[in-house]
Amino acid sequence: MTPIARRGFDIAVWVALLFMPYWMGAIGGYTELATRIVVMALAAMSLNILLGFTGVLSFGHAAYFGLGAYGTALTIKYLVPSTLLGMAVGIVTATAAAAVIGALIVKRRGVYFAMVTIAFGQVFYFIAFRWNAVTGGDDGVTDWHRMPIGLGPARLDIFGNDKIFYYFVLAIFAICVGLMAGLLNSPFGRTLLAIRENERRARFLGIPIERHIWLSFVVSCLFVSVAGCLYALLNNFTDPRALRFDLSGNLVIMAVLGGMRSFWGPLIGAAIFVALQDYVSSHTANWMSVIGLVFVLVVRFFPRGVLGVLRSRSSA
Amino acid sequence: MTQLILFNLFNGLIVGAFYALMALGLSLILNLSGVINFAHGGFLALGAYLAYALIPVIGFWGALVVAPVLTAVVGLAVERVLIRPLYGRDPLYGLLLTFGLAYIFEDAMRLIWGAQSVPFQVPGWLTSPLSRQYFFLTGYRLFMILVVALAVAGLFYVLTYTRLGIRIRAGTQDLETVSTLGVNTRILRSLNFGIGIYIAGLAGVLAAGLLGLSPTIGSALIMPSFVAIIVGGLGSLLGTLFGGLLIGLASGLTAVFFPSATEAVIYVMMGLVLLVRPRGLLGEEGRVH
Repeated sequence: MTPIARRGFDIAVWVALLFMPYWMGAIGGYTELATRIVVMALAAMSLNILLGFTGVLSFGHAAYFGLGAYGTALTIKYLVPSTLLGMAVGIVTATAAAAVIGALIVKRRGVYFAMVTIAFGQVFYFIAFRWNAVTGGDDGVTDWHRMPIGLGPARLDIFGNDKIFYYFVLAIFAICVGLMAGLLNSPFGRTLLAIRENERRARFLGIPIERHIWLSFVVSCLFVSVAGCLYALLNNFTDPRALRFDLSGNLVIMAVLGGMRSFWGPLIGAAIFVALQDYVSSHTANWMSVIGLVFVLVVRFFPRGVLGVLRSRSSA
Repeated sequence: MTQLILFNLFNGLIVGAFYALMALGLSLILNLSGVINFAHGGFLALGAYLAYALIPVIGFWGALVVAPVLTAVVGLAVERVLIRPLYGRDPLYGLLLTFGLAYIFEDAMRLIWGAQSVPFQVPGWLTSPLSRQYFFLTGYRLFMILVVALAVAGLFYVLTYTRLGIRIRAGTQDLETVSTLGVNTRILRSLNFGIGIYIAGLAGVLAAGLLGLSPTIGSALIMPSFVAIIVGGLGSLLGTLFGGLLIGLASGLTAVFFPSATEAVIYVMMGLVLLVRPRGLLGEEGRVH
């Protein structure tokens, strides 16, 4: 894509997102679905820092997504009924966990990195599932809801009004995406690309590979935990499924489906995947087969994703 | 108290044997083909359900022999059609494809055999306790341990002494050289995949007799199997075997003192192993990928 085309695409994406609650209804959707798309898009784009831009395969991001969700839910339910404080607790918890686990796994590469992230991905699931007294076990954290946010004299009623909550989520999405774009365009982000393209050469250039991959992992998990917080707020509820490995797999397929080598790819993938999941699960009990088939078909026939294909068309 | 500890250790040993069987198959496929077979649990469940369907026709013993073979045949077909084109590509794609397959397997089994668990008949004379004091020592459990031991011994025999096994091990080290020496590596990978799936099918039949049979039986066993491989050491099948038994025993022991941590404890073990000995208990030096 030329720089002008790219700029045009950026603007088109933001315009589409800005009016999504309005055009969503016209194509048979609803505001909550729009919000869910934005949340999952944020999660998939966060994962893609690692997957697409560092070339490291993480298959356990649900853990940090879910930690964000549980941190938010438990804080609002038991400690302080404040949306923003809940999010802060969720983000800090998840990022701290990522920093520790990241340090343990950073020396692994390729399929072995994936293996270790899969295995570690499940530990918080079991904790949430078994620690009934605090987490509610399989039933999840219920009987709480997101709190309106006070802004001096004004009050942002994100609980009572779906659309206001959508724009709250979109604002946070915009902040995160801006930070991610800045990061990926910085020397740090370029170094990650260098590691992706040729790790050995990058090492010979004196780049501390492990430290960069660790940082990339932690940053990626930080942003995915923001999405997890928003997901809990969206549902006014969270349960162990927010931590389970199927979510990790779904995030990866979103990134691949949309095109993991493009910045906006995971957003497109998330929109398609979430809308499809919503449609299929309300029309057939066998939605799992359909989703599974999506995985198989994408891998066999569409491995470069929507934006990957579009890009090679336009440059050819 | 001693009895309680013995009971849980014995349980842990049995569960560990399942983890080990599952993990050995996963390891074989991972080492030779570089594919993490997420659908392994689905194959395990398939083996169990095939046995369930076959028992009324050919009895338990017939099903024990036939069901794993049929599972392996399905595995070979899946490998040929779906997985073979992915060899040599980014491991991401193999992982995603088998992940999708796992969804399809679970759903298909729910569709065919129902979401509820089904009764799985093992011969009555096997299920009665052998001793009144040690009530957990049923014939079926001892028989299961025997079959697992035989299967593991058979696998290691094949890998050590047969031409096929030697080629598999050589291919694990350097597939390109093996190919240059005139071995058809496509067939080698297929057979290797088939062996891994056969073991999963066998584990499925045995597990169904003990744990009961429901569509989620495979997904419950697959995660600990990953842990078993990492604890035991990547690239080492012996390590995988020990890893499986070890985490089984550890979670069994934890069940005595702190029941709600039976799952979490294996992850703590994995964290410790990665911290103290990153290549795993028996992993080869220099293979910290």
